[in-house]
Amino acid sequence: MIPTDYVLILAAVLFTIGAAGVLVRRNALIIFMCVEMMLNSVNLTLVALADLWGNLTGQVFAFVVMAVAAVEVAVGLAIIMAIVRHKDTSNIDEINLLKG
Amino acid sequence: MNLPHIDFSVITPELIVIATALVVMLAEFVGAHATPSPTRSHRIALIALLGLVLAALAAVAGLGRAATDIQGMLVADDLGRYLELVVLLAAALGLLLAWDYLPQFTKMHSEYYALYLLAVVGMMFMGKSTELITLFVSLEILSVALYVLTGFHRGQLAAGEAALKYFLLGAFSSAFFIYGAALLYGDTGSTHLVDIAARASGGFLTLAGLALLLVGFGFKLAVVPFHMWTPDVYQGAPTPVTAFMSVGTKAAAFVALFRVLQAAGVSYATWSLVLALLATLTMTWGNLAALRQSSLKRMLAYSSIAHAGYMLIGVTAGMQLGLSAVLFYLFAYAFMNIGAFAVVSLLERPGYHATQDATIDAARGLFARKPLLAVVMAIFLLSLAGVPPLAGFFGKLYLFNAAVQSGWIWLAIVGMINSVVSAYYYLRVTVLMFMTEADETSFLRSPLSNATGLAIAVAMVGTLLLGIFAGPWLQQLGQAALAFAGS
Amino acid sequence: MTLILFAFLALIALAGGLGVVLSRNPVHSALSLLLNFASIAVIYFLLHAQFLGVVQVIVYAGAIVVLFLFVVMLIGGNIGPYRHGSRTVTSVIAVGLAAAFLALVVWSVVQVLPMSATPVGAPDAGSVQAVGMALYTDYLVPFELASLLLLVGMLGGVVLARRYQPFAEDETQ
Repeated sequence: MIPTDYVLILAAVLFTIGAAGVLVRRNALIIFMCVEMMLNSVNLTLVALADLWGNLTGQVFAFVVMAVAAVEVAVGLAIIMAIVRHKDTSNIDEINLLKG
Repeated sequence: MNLPHIDFSVITPELIVIATALVVMLAEFVGAHATPSPTRSHRIALIALLGLVLAALAAVAGLGRAATDIQGMLVADDLGRYLELVVLLAAALGLLLAWDYLPQFTKMHSEYYALYLLAVVGMMFMGKSTELITLFVSLEILSVALYVLTGFHRGQLAAGEAALKYFLLGAFSSAFFIYGAALLYGDTGSTHLVDIAARASGGFLTLAGLALLLVGFGFKLAVVPFHMWTPDVYQGAPTPVTAFMSVGTKAAAFVALFRVLQAAGVSYATWSLVLALLATLTMTWGNLAALRQSSLKRMLAYSSIAHAGYMLIGVTAGMQLGLSAVLFYLFAYAFMNIGAFAVVSLLERPGYHATQDATIDAARGLFARKPLLAVVMAIFLLSLAGVPPLAGFFGKLYLFNAAVQSGWIWLAIVGMINSVVSAYYYLRVTVLMFMTEADETSFLRSPLSNATGLAIAVAMVGTLLLGIFAGPWLQQLGQAALAFAGS
Repeated sequence: MTLILFAFLALIALAGGLGVVLSRNPVHSALSLLLNFASIAVIYFLLHAQFLGVVQVIVYAGAIVVLFLFVVMLIGGNIGPYRHGSRTVTSVIAVGLAAAFLALVVWSVVQVLPMSATPVGAPDAGSVQAVGMALYTDYLVPFELASLLLLVGMLGGVVLARRYQPFAEDETQ
């Protein structure tokens, strides 16, 4: 048996690494990977909590989050590709048409 | 094994919209060899519009009935039905704007309207969810659909850029949202709002969960400091999409926020101060930034941030008074804001590869060229500024009144000062329209079509009527709010 | 024994996570992400969530990371280099915020969580059968909504990936 709080703390650390990555990195692809990592760490939290409470809600939630993550990847990478076809960069600092 | 009993009458309006979305999507295959033409696009739009009207009728038919639910996850109460009406109203007006705007830059009409309707469905479900998983999926349906709609003008780099920003920040905020939901689940062992209300410990875990959920909502509502995406996205997206999402997303998210806060298991005193501070920040920042915009669309984007701030005052004021005021404001905002965007869409021209943006100068001398249009635009802007006796005035009056009655006098005063500040930039445009001579920079870049004209007329009538019949309408909404607060 | 295994997996997951954020090369980031996902999949098994563990491998490791790698390979040369030092201030603020966030969450978890040390999960709680039953009975609504979401994703993919055909240009031809 793994104590639930160990898992939760691991998940919190991973979530924080992901969040810091989103804030620090400038490459859209890597930011996106960091977001995926955050979603994944939430899933870990949910699964650990499902184990703790002995009900399946957390696992179902995690399953739904996976579906969401898959959809986001499909749409997100398509958006990135659509932009790259226009402009040869995926560095979000260099995308700055909209200002004001 | 016992399959759950599902009462489909709970989601009749949603089912209608989903069915319409599927029909619209499959319409692509009917006569697939024919070249997509404006007529074809109009036919598809007409189907979509009929679906929206039918769904609205279904929602109206349900008004006043007792609340029913599906497995405690989706609930059909009057609050949900009024939300559906706001969303459907905004969707119908936005659809009329897209009617002739869309064929100017793309061939993918079925895809546009299908995604549009699915975004509508997401919003409607979001306002009806009483369970966090359902709430999250609904939120994602509307978000993902809007990411794509934002980037729909593929020939234009600004649209792609807006879509990317919206997507990255939206996904980032979703992560916070579900982390909050996960912590609330950890606290209570359930994702049903009812159970959370009953079992929440009220300790750190509840607070942290709620705070993270609030961050997620803050992004969707464009609350300062989570607003950075708003101006870029609202400017880069096609104007009909901007008009629709500025109202629809806010409506859905505000109603969902009310539902979550009611179940929060944290005392009113704890979160109301945070909300009051957020409201103050949001109003002030939105209005100050709107002062120095040269693009009309961007100005309206910042103004929509400010309006989210006004509505947060209503949330701060609490369930009964605040909720009916926020609902009233959402209706008023749907009419006046989409009306203003409709006129803006006439001042710009969506090209194949680039859209000519409507600058404030484009409004110069509008009265000399199109007197009626200028008067109508002035009414929308004055209503947004909160000038009596228009809908926007009563909306703000009720919000501030709710704040005063629940003891937030300083917040109401901040709101009033903000209204005065906002009047400056709304009036600036109005003055430009009436007082200056037209020059070669100012003209309608898109022809005023029947559909856009209808949208403007409906928005105009709505803005006036809500002003005239403000009292009775508020009472009507108040009953829904009362039923919700008592439940 | 499980605790040692968990500690080992946690270390791999953390290394993977750090690798995603710190790598200069996006390919390395994607591979670190794979490491992170895979070790979390094994942790799911330890937490009695067999079904999710398998799904994690299939969906995340199999589909998502591969998709990322595809895109990185496709546009790889065009990605701007990660500029070290140029954003020191932002980075410091970001890391500070992140640390504060972490402290808050860990504190609330440790302080409040009931019955911390004793998970009650049964060994087969996360079997395909159990999760399947839950999905099709108690959680039918979110499950069906997820299907709508997938439809949205599909449509979105079609719209964005299709070659852009401006309408009016075609007419003039």
